[in-house]
Amino acid sequence: MTSTTSTATAARPKDEVRDRALSRSRSKRGGTVWPTYLFLTVMAVIWLIPLLWAVYTSLRPKADTDKYGYFSIAGHFDLGNYVQAWTQGGFINYFGNSVLITIPTVILTLLFASMMAFAVSRFSWRFNVTLLIMFTAGNLLPPQVLATPLFEMFKLVQLPYWLSDSGTMLNQLYSVVAANTAFQIGFCTFVLSNYMKAIPIELSEAARVDGAGVWTQYWGIIMPLTRPALAALGTLEVIFIYNDYFWPLILIQSGNRLPITTAINNLQGEFLSNYNLLAAGAVITVIPTLVIYLALQRQFIAGLTLGANKG
Amino acid sequence: MSAPLVALGDTEAGSGVNPPARRRRLRQLTTRDRIVLGVMIAIPTLIQAVLVWIPTLASIGLSFAKWDGLALSDIHGNGLVNYKFVFEQSPQFWPAVLHNVAWLAFLAVIGTPLGLLLAVLLDQKIRGTRIYQTIFFMPVMLSLALIGIIWELIYSPQNGLLDYLLGTHGTAHAIDWFGNSSVNLWAALVAATWRHAGYIMILYLAGLKGVDPSLREASSLDGANGRQTFFRVVFPAMAPTNVIIVVITVIESLRAFDIVYVINHGTNGLELLSVLVVQYLVGETQVIGIGSAFAVVLLVISLVPIVIYLSRTFSTKER
Repeated sequence: MTSTTSTATAARPKDEVRDRALSRSRSKRGGTVWPTYLFLTVMAVIWLIPLLWAVYTSLRPKADTDKYGYFSIAGHFDLGNYVQAWTQGGFINYFGNSVLITIPTVILTLLFASMMAFAVSRFSWRFNVTLLIMFTAGNLLPPQVLATPLFEMFKLVQLPYWLSDSGTMLNQLYSVVAANTAFQIGFCTFVLSNYMKAIPIELSEAARVDGAGVWTQYWGIIMPLTRPALAALGTLEVIFIYNDYFWPLILIQSGNRLPITTAINNLQGEFLSNYNLLAAGAVITVIPTLVIYLALQRQFIAGLTLGANKG
Repeated sequence: MSAPLVALGDTEAGSGVNPPARRRRLRQLTTRDRIVLGVMIAIPTLIQAVLVWIPTLASIGLSFAKWDGLALSDIHGNGLVNYKFVFEQSPQFWPAVLHNVAWLAFLAVIGTPLGLLLAVLLDQKIRGTRIYQTIFFMPVMLSLALIGIIWELIYSPQNGLLDYLLGTHGTAHAIDWFGNSSVNLWAALVAATWRHAGYIMILYLAGLKGVDPSLREASSLDGANGRQTFFRVVFPAMAPTNVIIVVITVIESLRAFDIVYVINHGTNGLELLSVLVVQYLVGETQVIGIGSAFAVVLLVISLVPIVIYLSRTFSTKER
């Protein structure tokens, strides 16, 4: 997309002229901007209410909300609900499971997807487009379509005790990793193959003349150049896998092996009569995603929109 | 994950960089390279085949069978009996279809246009546009399961914010927004829109940036006002993004599951096709055939947007 980039740069001075002209015409009309701000601000406030309400509720002791009601400003604030939710809810265990699922899934997904994308985009072979289409289609299916046979398959696999204490692939974290990896490979292959296609073929040709084999071309040349896409996809996938609710729900039977997102269900049961605790539990669960979001917002958005303005 | 995702429009510019003819033919490779490449293709393909394609086909097969999910030898052909049950006897099937349609309609009429509106407003030279974007996009980071919990704090009849604000708290008119089967679908959809609109906004912001500025310039020079410029020039110019947004909206409403499952396991007014599949899987009596028939119905409906998307994406690109 070299051509697009160059037109964009060329258009920039014109852009400024246009923007100045626009803002002049706007200020002349006067009243055109403030309704926009008003609307956006009202919407932003509405958008923030659910989270702020959860945070507010979580900071108030139950005794106070029982006395004054939840819709009140009386009483005091402390972190008591967080301490209680943390100790009572088993969050360390759930977070640990989330990490044990998320990190291997993201690494395996990016590794396999980049291999496939490399093979599809840098070489021409008979079924490469067909396979790419099949990969992409697989990711678009609702997971429920294949959940039942996958569950039955995992139940039928016999494993020795040192590999699985259930004797089958059910109730194992690595089964969730496998299901998630399979489901995410399609999307990542699609995005990465688009990205790799834009890398000039001459680079591979030059490497080949220098005697580099296929693996060296992949690992030594293409992968380093794909780093921006890998970073964006990696961020996106961390959030997606952390947020996955469905596969652990189907594949894990013991409550203490659930990742945090699926364990929310149990928290809801445990804390049912105590909204302050439930709110604290919800906020604790939000924190990791929010930290990633605020730190890597650009990567995340780049991941989502990758392919739209690549190059 | 439950977020349906599609890489944004590779439909427009992506082609033509390396015409296939210039890509390497396998013939030119050494034996060793061929083996390496073969392994690189085989591993991901095997994973896809075993964990995605074969189970999908097995769903179709099992939908014509009678099985309790125990021994493989107990699988017996059952003709169309499962489908007969689904279409004629299941009390939840038609409500679920209706709810999925309502889900799509709500997202298509409210969620997606709201995201587009936010994107268009924020694409102007607005002070603090980054802050607004950050706020609107924040719910996209949350799982729909967690969103169900967070909105429970709003919707609860005893302690929820909404009934306080409506003044119905503590009265006989207090509404249990997630529990009352005549409103809970809409309550869940408002919560889902909270997330959906931000997602659409980000995709459209990227789409709007890709529109050639000279188009707008020409249009305003021709005397079109802002509204005309947008609907007649800018919006049509975003055709590739629009297709993806339509596909995302449709697929998202077919995939809806987490939020209703967290609220009440998808019962009492919140039945969806995806939930019915799971109910027959995790229930005490496993009736695999009927669950699979529901799965096949979901599959057939899902294939419509998927095929549209794939044919648009790959036909313009690979020719």
